[in-house]
Amino acid sequence: MSGNEVIAEVKNLRTYFHVPEGVVRAVDGVDLVIKPGRTLGVVGESGCGKSVTALSLMRLVPSPGRIEGGEIIYYQSVRETSASSLSDIIDITRLKPNSREIRAIRGNHISMVFQEPMAAMLPVRTVGSQIMEAITLHQNVSHQEARERAIEMLARVNLPNPDRIVDNYPFQLSGGMRQRAVIAMALSCNPHLLIADEPTTALDVTTEAQILDLMRKLQADYNMAIMFITHNLGVIAEMADEVAVMYLGKVVEQTDIRSIFINPLHPYTQALLRSIPQLDDVMTRSGERRQLHTIKGMVPDPYTVLKGCPFHPRCPHFMSEVCDQVVPEVIEAEPDHIVRCHLYAPSPEEAQTRKEAML
Amino acid sequence: MLAYIIRRILRAFPQIILISILTFIIIQLPPGDLVTQQILNLQASGVEVSQQHAEMLMRQYGLDRPMHERYLLWIGNIVTRFDFGYSYAWQKPVAEVIMDRMGYTFAIALLSAILTWVVAIPVGIFVAVKQYSITDYFVTFMTFIGMAVPGFFLAMVIMYVALTRFGIRVGGLFSPEYMVQPWSWGKFLDLLSNLWLPVVLLGIGGTAGTIRTMRAMMLDELRKLYVTVARAKGLSETQILVRYPVRVAINPIISGLMWLLPWLFSGGLLVEIVLNLPTAGPALYSALLAQDMHMAGAYILIVGALTIVSAIFSDILLAVSDPRIRFGAVEGA
Ligand SMILES: Nc1ncnc2c1ncn2[C@@H]1O[C@H](COP(=O)(O)OP(=O)(O)OP(=O)(O)O)[C@@H](O)[C@H]1O
Ligand SMILES: [Mg+2]
Repeated sequence: MSGNEVIAEVKNLRTYFHVPEGVVRAVDGVDLVIKPGRTLGVVGESGCGKSVTALSLMRLVPSPGRIEGGEIIYYQSVRETSASSLSDIIDITRLKPNSREIRAIRGNHISMVFQEPMAAMLPVRTVGSQIMEAITLHQNVSHQEARERAIEMLARVNLPNPDRIVDNYPFQLSGGMRQRAVIAMALSCNPHLLIADEPTTALDVTTEAQILDLMRKLQADYNMAIMFITHNLGVIAEMADEVAVMYLGKVVEQTDIRSIFINPLHPYTQALLRSIPQLDDVMTRSGERRQLHTIKGMVPDPYTVLKGCPFHPRCPHFMSEVCDQVVPEVIEAEPDHIVRCHLYAPSPEEAQTRKEAML
Repeated sequence: MLAYIIRRILRAFPQIILISILTFIIIQLPPGDLVTQQILNLQASGVEVSQQHAEMLMRQYGLDRPMHERYLLWIGNIVTRFDFGYSYAWQKPVAEVIMDRMGYTFAIALLSAILTWVVAIPVGIFVAVKQYSITDYFVTFMTFIGMAVPGFFLAMVIMYVALTRFGIRVGGLFSPEYMVQPWSWGKFLDLLSNLWLPVVLLGIGGTAGTIRTMRAMMLDELRKLYVTVARAKGLSETQILVRYPVRVAINPIISGLMWLLPWLFSGGLLVEIVLNLPTAGPALYSALLAQDMHMAGAYILIVGALTIVSAIFSDILLAVSDPRIRFGAVEGA
């Protein structure tokens, strides 16, 4: 992939938490590619490391967490407003935590929206002052200009009476209004990449639909990349251009949105898709409830390191001596369709012919 | 905001009236009154007191009137002429006895309060940020000692050590040569050189407690999502601290203001007695022992009024710092 159509690239990222009970490998070899103007959806069960991946991108991993290895390459394009002296290609993992360099990226180049809109703002300061803060920090503007920009942003996220809301306190807004204000805050410096970590999970479905709409519209306006984290495949279907499926700290499958739904390769993705409840699935004609599809087995506890493929204890296609022994490699099973599964490993003969073909 | 302040001040009036009534009842409680005492005294010194003379004294002090009239007379004198009655033990008007002393008490209490905040708030923030560091353990240990060791005990230890080791007499607010001198620059400097010890001793307990409160509040707030959000904006750690968690963590300190002044006022009594300070506390304490009830009444009334005034003060400050109180929207955040 050439540099100018990629905005950020995560390569073999490993972020561990060193807790008294052991080491939690929250992110254990994640590869992701994020493209400008496109939305990368990240799905997976609770605890698979979605949030930690997102926090790693901004170097916000809380202690005792640490990035142990891998690269997060950020391709910064030239921007007029930027006063920082960042080089064009930055490995974010190499920056010192809370250094001037990473702070110049945060909120300016890369922004983040979190799950709980109610907790994302300080209750005792006005919405406006919390938005203006980001603007005055990264841009050389006066207080008055920053205020105008904050009002403009509040209007962009369709909040009514933005010139009044700018002086409101967060507790005076509803959850949906607050999440809009938080999005306005995140977008106030025109970031190249917006990381949205389950931004609508705490909202009702109507508000969720409005916010998702809004995000798509703003993305088109700003040609911004979005990394959209959710465990709701319905939301993924609506938002994402590409999808990365995570399981236990690894990306097990990444491809475009159509292929994920029409031709899922990894057994975990297939199981995940089967577990979406559908109306005719839940109720039979006689009105009885049917058992929902669930993925058999449980997510193992985070301290044990499984040998082989992390999904093998729950996998319906488990192949003994292979899946429980060897960690599957990243395989490009089809063009632009990446999967980590032994089912798609080329047989020795195939591998041989491929090698010959390449030579 | 102005409406809130006015409402808050108006609400204090019934409280002050209630306290004054209670104080008056307490004054009336012990058997015997000023006149009976005086008559007994006169008789003891061999002076014959006629029935007429006694009644004249009763009238003079208004003791022949009904209770509520006497209350009005008493409180009226206090409000209009700052006349708290007559101290039998000191043979002087109460106001005269406590005026100067009140000034010193206020000075010490206020300086202690300022010292408490100036030390405790930054230290509390620092140890919360550096939780589980050596500094944190050390400060935690010291705060436990600070809260457990009474100030008067420390005062005694310091006096003993100063005297036996260095031959210095600590105590009082003035050196002997300035004791009876009129005010001068030298006397003022002398006062300052003696003042720091009671100020520090009085402040230790409050400082230790405030550090603990601040640390606990900060630890709570630092875990909140808005801190991560502020970090994600690109703010530096110091900017985040003062603009976010401290803004919330400071609130219990502000509401604690309500207790701090009255507590310093009355809680410093033992330290003041041990250090032999010319402050209001010891004088009023001996008044209580001597059943000098007008003096005692003055003390109760002043501490009560002080509590109410500091409560108003802390409520207004709190409303300034926390808009949820101003708008009446208190939520369990
Ligand atoms: N501060 C922390 N200390 C210790 N372990 C942590 C910490 N934060 C996350 N983890 C661990 O990292 C793993 C991944 O957590 P993460 O929050 O990324 O999951 P997630 O995919 O975002 O889940 P969810 O859908 O519930 O948000 C979990 O096993 C979790 O226990
Ligand atoms: Mg999460």
